[in-house]
Amino acid sequence: MNSRWLRAARPYGIAVAFLVAAMLVSALVGAADLNPLATVSALLDRLPFIGLPSSMSPLDRAVLFEIRLPRIVLCALVGGLLSIAGAGYQGVFRNPLVDSGMLGASAGAGLGATLAIVYLGGAGPSAVPVAAFAGSVGGVAVAYLTGAAGGRGTATLLLAGVAVGMFLTAVQTFVLQRSAQDLQAVYSWLLGSLSGATWQQCAEILPYSAVSIAVVLLHGRHLDVLSVGDEEARALGLHPGRTRLIVVAACALAAASAVAVSGLIGFVGIIVPHVVRRLAGTSYRRVLPLSLLAGAGFLVLADTLARTVLSPAELPIGVVTAIIGSPVFIWILHTTRAVRT
Amino acid sequence: MNAIVVRDLQVDLDRTPILREVSCAAGSGSWLALLGPNGAGKTTLLRAIAGLIPYRGTITLDGPAADAGSLRPRARARLIAYVPQAPTLPPDMTVTEYVLLGRTPHLSYLAGPGRADRDAAARVAGLLDVTRFAGRRLATLSGGERQRVVLARALAQEPKILLLDEPTSALDIGHQQNVLDLVDALRRTTGLTVVTTLHDLTTAGQYAHELVLLNAGRVEAAGAAAAVLTEDRIAQVYAARVTVSTDAAGNTVVNPVRATPS
Repeated sequence: MNSRWLRAARPYGIAVAFLVAAMLVSALVGAADLNPLATVSALLDRLPFIGLPSSMSPLDRAVLFEIRLPRIVLCALVGGLLSIAGAGYQGVFRNPLVDSGMLGASAGAGLGATLAIVYLGGAGPSAVPVAAFAGSVGGVAVAYLTGAAGGRGTATLLLAGVAVGMFLTAVQTFVLQRSAQDLQAVYSWLLGSLSGATWQQCAEILPYSAVSIAVVLLHGRHLDVLSVGDEEARALGLHPGRTRLIVVAACALAAASAVAVSGLIGFVGIIVPHVVRRLAGTSYRRVLPLSLLAGAGFLVLADTLARTVLSPAELPIGVVTAIIGSPVFIWILHTTRAVRT
Repeated sequence: MNAIVVRDLQVDLDRTPILREVSCAAGSGSWLALLGPNGAGKTTLLRAIAGLIPYRGTITLDGPAADAGSLRPRARARLIAYVPQAPTLPPDMTVTEYVLLGRTPHLSYLAGPGRADRDAAARVAGLLDVTRFAGRRLATLSGGERQRVVLARALAQEPKILLLDEPTSALDIGHQQNVLDLVDALRRTTGLTVVTTLHDLTTAGQYAHELVLLNAGRVEAAGAAAAVLTEDRIAQVYAARVTVSTDAAGNTVVNPVRATPS
């Protein structure tokens, strides 16, 4: 009994260790040269019940606590949200290639952000997160409603998502075409960035993140049942349609929260759940929480690269995840024994 | 007492009439075999009893208390286990995980499987002798192993009624007998009511107490093997050439006859 518990707990231990290590590395690396020892003791000092004197200068302290840490925390949140949303969608659609941007989520967010940048002028920058959030959730809602109206089954829903996505992207392109001066701003948002992250942004998406993560995590068992197909799932007493609606809504909320503060970051929602499946098996009761942790760690590392490789300039984080992500993904496809769903 | 009573059942799929005026019954703890040529409506009847498709008419389960249509899915799944002809086996799921899915109707919405559920799953795994390969992925199993694992999942539901759609169609003759003997042993020991569709008429007569022969969505004949399986009727319903005999044990045997080459 005890050894079984240990064996079950091990993947979570590894994932937590990976996330903590990624956050620590990210805290230590950057344009401002922070003393590693002083940084670690300053961080430990913030933990409850631990009092450690740190030799950090006020400036270094500000860099650490007001610039790096909020960015790391926001990154971890976004990475976790994108990964768990990707994993949730993959379970709902029994399709390993579905990503958190599916069902018109990315296209809706892109259109929302573009409209905000082009038409809201001065108010644009502050309106972008709200517009992207609304666009993302709206895109999924339209795709879901049209898909559900078209008939039962996951394929119809996915096709509706593709159609809605193409439509929204076309509208976005049309809007952009007519206001070329905003191209730069729109594209830099589209490629994703977490520079200038603040504690306030973390606090803003925290409620949405908490709700969506909790709902998705509670449905891991239901996604396992769905993997035998709708009819057999129904014969086991599940409501496939209701489960699908709940999980899609929660994943859409998770992805929209992430997109609102980070722009479009691709690949995370596909790569992370697949790596997790290879290492820890395919049960969604493990895949979902592990994707959350591993995705958080992965995006923190990717963002560390994004802000250090060309320092002091920054690479868009979407470029980093795609450049790492594509080869890793192809490697996974080659080494995976079977198509995993 | 009857575990299943079907009365005047009508089913349309995509506006095509599939079943018409079908009535039949299965006694509690008995074995009912649904026979008939391809397209006669055997699978549709099973799916209607399982509550998976809409129907007109009545299906009463487990005594007069429960009308199948009014049961909630979870309650129905505690009463009936359904195994389709080609079950979906997620390739990377392990045998243990798959059998545990059978506990789904016994779990409350947010709860995961607990100790009692694991024990119940392990018990049926032992019963069906799948414990030996409990850790293997479903994709690696042979046809006979798959059929036993699927049965284990169905029995983990602890149902009173077991619906099997062509449980032997993918198996060789030895494995066919193995699976049917297993089901029959479970029926004897646990009082399970078994409903199967079967292609092989002789086998159906050997295992089932009651045979229902469907033809074009209607009941052509029902009763014991000797009454249902006559040469004329098989010739008419299946357009087949057969002779029917009785073996030493009193079982009805249907023998195919080849047309004389001209």
